[in-house]
Amino acid sequence: MAHGNHHSHDEVGHVVPESLFLKVLIALLVLTVVTVAAAQVDLGKWNIVGALAIATVKASLVIYFFMHGKYENRIIWTYILIPFILLAIMIGGVFTDDPFRSRPQPVQVTQQS
Amino acid sequence: MGKDKDVMSSNAAVAEHHHVAPGDPPHIHHMDSKTAYGAAKLGMWLFLATEVLLFAVMFCSFAIMRYYHLSEFHDASHHLNLKLGALNTAVLLFSSYTAAVAVTKAQRGDNKGVIRNFGISFACGLIFLVVKTIEYTGKAEHGMFPFVWNEHFYEYKNFLGLYYCMTGLHALHVIIGMAVMYIYGIRPAMHNRYSGRYYTPVELGALYWHLVDLIWIYLFPLLYLVG
Repeated sequence: MAHGNHHSHDEVGHVVPESLFLKVLIALLVLTVVTVAAAQVDLGKWNIVGALAIATVKASLVIYFFMHGKYENRIIWTYILIPFILLAIMIGGVFTDDPFRSRPQPVQVTQQS
Repeated sequence: MGKDKDVMSSNAAVAEHHHVAPGDPPHIHHMDSKTAYGAAKLGMWLFLATEVLLFAVMFCSFAIMRYYHLSEFHDASHHLNLKLGALNTAVLLFSSYTAAVAVTKAQRGDNKGVIRNFGISFACGLIFLVVKTIEYTGKAEHGMFPFVWNEHFYEYKNFLGLYYCMTGLHALHVIIGMAVMYIYGIRPAMHNRYSGRYYTPVELGALYWHLVDLIWIYLFPLLYLVG
């Protein structure tokens, strides 16, 4: 519209051009195809590692460009990263605890003849 | 009389200082518009952090249940319709793109652009829900739906329980996101409310929609691909 792309003192945030968003969308769709293709090959436990790595790249693209993360300050980046750190602590905590707990074994009932 | 005049002139001075224009929302008078924008956005990101933690509990459950029931998860994930899941992924990614574009349009004062792009995101949300319903119906036909059509549900109860919890909660977020885009994006834009000086609700609504997309980016490979 009237102001176009220029930055006047009136504008409160960073204006990102639509063309950049389109490039990000194409990258996200290509990465989706890569995820589906990679899952067709049996790589054992590396399948899930690869799938989560690609998902994290996609999530980073969404946060960095679509959600304007690139233009945000340190406080907002703290808010972005803290839940992921907490998730890592939670999963780490569960896996270093639960598999090592002793569980009562089911009672074997044998019939005497 | 003189006092009134003073108040009026001081209001005018405040208005001058904060660059308040006719048609600006009333709260813009209370705060410098940049401060209000920054505070609103910080609050939204804090809320989004709690949303991520809500799903984090489910991702953690998924991780530990998959660890204990690996073969069940592997078999059960093959019962999901990969084509429909991939279609929904593409639909959500595209809707996220149009939501991001809507923010740029709002910043340029293009209210019609906000309506158009949020409208596309809204329609994509509807498509997502229709596809999800088709998937749930398919599961029900194969007896893998909890409580009612559950002849085969208990063979895969650990996977399917998490599948319905995670996708169900995600679908609820899709519905809320669509409502947010309509109430805070499309409807005010119909009254030409947004400009480069005030577009906070459009950006916050778009942030919520991106979160919905972000969660699905992780749900799709975990549920449909690697089980």
